[in-house]
Amino acid sequence: MTAAATAIPTDAEPTQLDVRDVEQFLYREARFADEHRYDDWEALWTQDGLYWVPANDDDADRMAKMSIIHDNRSRIATRIRQFQTGRRHSQVPHSRLRRVVSNVEILGNAENGDLEVGANFVLVESRERSNELWAGRYTYRLRVVDGAIAMSYKKVALVDNARAIATLSFLI
Amino acid sequence: MTLTDIPTSSSGARGPAAPYDELIEAQRVHGSLYTSPAIFADELEQIWYRTWVYVGHVSEIAEPNDYVRKNIGPQDVIMTRSADGEVHLLLNRCAHRGNLVCEADAGNSSSFRCPYHGWTYRNTGDMLGYPFHGGYGGRGKLDLGLGRVPRVGIYQGFVFGSFAPDGPTLEEHLGEAKGEIDRLVRLSPEGEVEITAGFLKHKARANWKLLAENETDGYHPQFVHASIFSVAQSGIGALYGEKSTAVTRALGNGHSENDLRPEFRRIGAPLGWFGTTEEKVPEYSAAMRARYGDAAEEILIEGAPHVMIFPNLFIAEIQMFTIQPLAANLTVQHVTAVQFKGAPEMNKRMLQQCIGSVGPAGMLLADDTEMYERNQAGVAELRPEWLDVRRGVHREEIDERGLTVGGATDETGMRGFWKHYKHLMTEGRAQ
Ligand code: FES
Ligand SMILES: [Fe+2]
Repeated sequence: MTAAATAIPTDAEPTQLDVRDVEQFLYREARFADEHRYDDWEALWTQDGLYWVPANDDDADRMAKMSIIHDNRSRIATRIRQFQTGRRHSQVPHSRLRRVVSNVEILGNAENGDLEVGANFVLVESRERSNELWAGRYTYRLRVVDGAIAMSYKKVALVDNARAIATLSFLI
Repeated sequence: MTLTDIPTSSSGARGPAAPYDELIEAQRVHGSLYTSPAIFADELEQIWYRTWVYVGHVSEIAEPNDYVRKNIGPQDVIMTRSADGEVHLLLNRCAHRGNLVCEADAGNSSSFRCPYHGWTYRNTGDMLGYPFHGGYGGRGKLDLGLGRVPRVGIYQGFVFGSFAPDGPTLEEHLGEAKGEIDRLVRLSPEGEVEITAGFLKHKARANWKLLAENETDGYHPQFVHASIFSVAQSGIGALYGEKSTAVTRALGNGHSENDLRPEFRRIGAPLGWFGTTEEKVPEYSAAMRARYGDAAEEILIEGAPHVMIFPNLFIAEIQMFTIQPLAANLTVQHVTAVQFKGAPEMNKRMLQQCIGSVGPAGMLLADDTEMYERNQAGVAELRPEWLDVRRGVHREEIDERGLTVGGATDETGMRGFWKHYKHLMTEGRAQ
């Protein structure tokens, strides 16, 4: 799959969604990630999706600075296919994960009309190496594609993204 | 300043923490070298607080009065450029009561003011002043500067520090590894690299030597990285196969490389080493051919080095890692994308490729780091005590430069690492 720029609905009406529907979407996305349901998780993305975990500065220039994750749609697909080989050692066995998503807030519309949503999260990861506590701020951009909510953007601003952190090979 | 003035984990020279001659054999090394806190403390004194250690790059402090916080092992080092352009390595510790004087990661300032009682220092480390000077009998009565890393050496913009007031020069230490740094910088049409993209900091609950040894281990990629090689149609795997014509070379002084040039020459395509073609980066290609003329073809075919410079600088083609040991079982990898001066078109590609590969979520390095951590857990088991490093010993050769060369998947680099390590920890110890 490739990042299809044609999927951006430039003259579409700005996306409007009920906060309850938004929450349901975020909880489902979180559950698919926690349970390593890779195909289900990937299906939530639009064709122009961008998955971004900045480093050092939440608002870093992602075209000029290192990021922890900076996946366009094509690289999201590669990441998923890597998990599905069963030989992504840092996820064999899977980390046990549970996250709480809260403070869900509709922030307005992005330039392309997508609905921008913020939320906070706390996540516990358990694996043989250690337990890790991950926390931060999610920013999503959502739009309706074929009658279902889909995400075109997910940014994860970790509270400790400027510090040394452990391997983060699951879907955050 | 003498070595014993430096704040180390203990005071002054001590005897060896372990019988290194017995723990390090030609073809195997003992597991305790990775787990013993006493050996780790000994390494800090004999390696990290003595030999040349890579600290940072001049492009990180490009302007007068720029500074950036770096490290030498557990030591917090401020790399500064004073107004006259000199580079200084200062320890982040106030001369009054030892508070940190600098809390920012980077900035621009001609001086540092300790927040605790207001003592001030120039960015050369010299003392500037102290408040309420009557308590010291007046102004200018004290001359207490910041601690300094006594020797600073710069090669092609790479800044190294040595806590030993004397010893081999930086160029003597780098030796044959200099040519690998030269090979990197000549890929810039201006002959310089820039370190401007910031660093990912990736924690590994493992001993630093497991990382250093892995950097030029050509045996692991097909196993540890099989998942990404298979889904990304990567040509990297073949470089480290049984049939690869690439070689592993011990460069002396503990440095080593995977010399992939035989494979890149065989493929014979400019920029093939980077998985692209000249047509895709026309401005870069034109700038390289303008700068290097006929030599550009060879430079673009041979590509970037894959070299581990003892003890902490690893250049993996377009990626630059530094290894920071914090405890016998804790290491931080700092990693960034190499950027070539005068090559914006290439730099964007190198940055994005690097992000995909390295760091906590990297499609390569997350799995290397998983191995480091399992390896650390494994070597703590009591039997069979030893780690085997004999691979390829029977097929090594000495090349025209007098260096030991093994096959693409051989442990020649590790043996070179241990030879130098053993020297530093035994007959080459600080007196
Ligand atoms: S500790 Fe720095 S001024 Fe007192
Ligand atoms: Fe690796």
